[in-house]
Amino acid sequence: MTTLTKHPDPELSATGRSRKSRKSQKRGKPGAGFRGIGDLKIALLFIFPAMIGFVLFYLVPTIRGIYLSFTEYSILGDPEWIGVKNYQQIAKDPLFWNALGVTSEYVVINIVLQTVLALGLAILMHRVAKSTLIRGALLLPYLMANVIAALLWFWMLDYQIGIVNQFIEWVGLPRVAFFGSEQWAIPTQALINTWRHMGYTALLLFAGLQAIPNTVYEAASIDGSKAVSTFWRITLPLLRPVLALVLVVTVIGSFQVFDTVAVTTQGGPINATRVLQYYIYQRAFNEQDFGYGSALAVILFLILAIVAFIQMKFLRGNQSDLD
Amino acid sequence: MTTISSPKAGARRRPFNWRRTSAWVLLALAIAVSVLPFYWVLRTAFSTNGSLAANSASILPADFNLGAFKRVFGLQTASEAIAEGGSGASINFFQYLLNSLLFSSITTAGAVFFSSMAAYAFARLRWKGRDGVFTLFLGTMLVPPIFTALPNFLLVKNLGLLNSMLGLVLPYLFMTPFAIFFMRQFFLNMSREVEEAAMLDGAKHWRIFFQIVMPNAAAPIATLALLTFMGQWNEYFWPLLVGTSEESRVLTVGLGVFKSQSPQGAPDWSGLMAATLISALPVLILFSIFGKKIVNSIGFSGTK
Repeated sequence: MTTLTKHPDPELSATGRSRKSRKSQKRGKPGAGFRGIGDLKIALLFIFPAMIGFVLFYLVPTIRGIYLSFTEYSILGDPEWIGVKNYQQIAKDPLFWNALGVTSEYVVINIVLQTVLALGLAILMHRVAKSTLIRGALLLPYLMANVIAALLWFWMLDYQIGIVNQFIEWVGLPRVAFFGSEQWAIPTQALINTWRHMGYTALLLFAGLQAIPNTVYEAASIDGSKAVSTFWRITLPLLRPVLALVLVVTVIGSFQVFDTVAVTTQGGPINATRVLQYYIYQRAFNEQDFGYGSALAVILFLILAIVAFIQMKFLRGNQSDLD
Repeated sequence: MTTISSPKAGARRRPFNWRRTSAWVLLALAIAVSVLPFYWVLRTAFSTNGSLAANSASILPADFNLGAFKRVFGLQTASEAIAEGGSGASINFFQYLLNSLLFSSITTAGAVFFSSMAAYAFARLRWKGRDGVFTLFLGTMLVPPIFTALPNFLLVKNLGLLNSMLGLVLPYLFMTPFAIFFMRQFFLNMSREVEEAAMLDGAKHWRIFFQIVMPNAAAPIATLALLTFMGQWNEYFWPLLVGTSEESRVLTVGLGVFKSQSPQGAPDWSGLMAATLISALPVLILFSIFGKKIVNSIGFSGTK
């Protein structure tokens, strides 16, 4: 689920600010005013179970995953150290480059569509209807599992008797093999995800819009600002921090597309939807090549880190213009 | 949808506003796109495969019947199922439903409880290294799940826990980074007065946590539990790796299997949609009861 990964202290929220001031009154800067060991003993007891989970299922696997990427390991027998051989092989692996290509295509289509539609919806809701019922209806697809979204559209977009193709034919256009053609397979996957995520993203942006003080708009309208220029000059710049967070989270999420592909096209037709995570899954679990799979996972991890870093830098997501 | 009022009426009442009307039309369109596919699932689930092909665009179920649901719950014999367009392979959604319920409930209970404890230590106790450890915990949210899933799979395999409920729940049982973050945020904003009074009375941290802090946190705990439960209900990748046997399969994985068993040329659409509907039902029920809570929990201003 989406979270504020990079912002333990979100400056966005009013609560965040009041908390800070309270904290500084009571105990000064964190880490500064601790006398002796403080509550260390009791704190260790409180975090003990979470610590087990953290070490066993996050910390050790992260290290082990990096180690495995330098080995040849097929589950049977022990991992055998082979240095950077896996990485050299990846550099020459056409299937990897194909996976990177189709994943990028998916991310671009998905993010552009989803963000534009969600921004439009958020503004519409902000303007004309703030009711919980409307927001609830738009959120409904997001609450469904990816697998459900995938099957639902697999049926609706069926070439033979799917309702969408019925409609397309009724309009007078030729039927589309949404899942069956190489050209359409990735856009279709992206559309499914856009359908599932659009409302959720709209709600996040809507919450961001709500946080922009009304006085700003009033000042703009007194100055005679038109709706369009209000949007470009006021709404969008003030929404930027929220938009940046939404983009970072959704881009990272879309790079890890797997469920819808696994349920519908399974990488096909040919290699059209063999996205990165599906390729990793196939190498590691179908071909028992854990070393190579781990190396691919490390690459995916690095790509995500770089993309997130560039986005934060470019969009200055950690600064607000509201103060 | 757009009611075009005559100029006279428009002058008397509110003047007709094109911008407002088109905003409503667009919003209505988005809602239709979001909600109508669910009706189509319902309509297909109550149809028979035979008449679906002939009436592919009919708004009402084609040849209304319950065969698809019987097939999904394993209540049809193989020959009956094949006659109605099913694959005839044994499929038992009762088992998957039960597994999904267990998997989601156990992980939610464990993660919410242990994460709350940790969040209390991060928010309210003073100890050296606290902020460093917290940052480390939060950092795990940046690691893509597939990256840890490979080694975690090996661990669960080495422990001999493949295809067991324990193996399924273990990685989620002790904490989720999001749950810790969420609860810490709440604890930081909670008033300290009652706690401090109790502290002066000599109450220990344990008592304060269980008797004062947790009861006061009932509302955010409920929200967190809801979000966690729905997230776990929809989980696919980890159960796909670990719970592959008929006995340990959860609904999402079962749906995938059911789809792949469906006859290639003429898929068992009504069966598939019945199964989809059953998988969606628990979340739909939760949403109809707690909709407001869920909708209001979404936004960056609070936590999620």
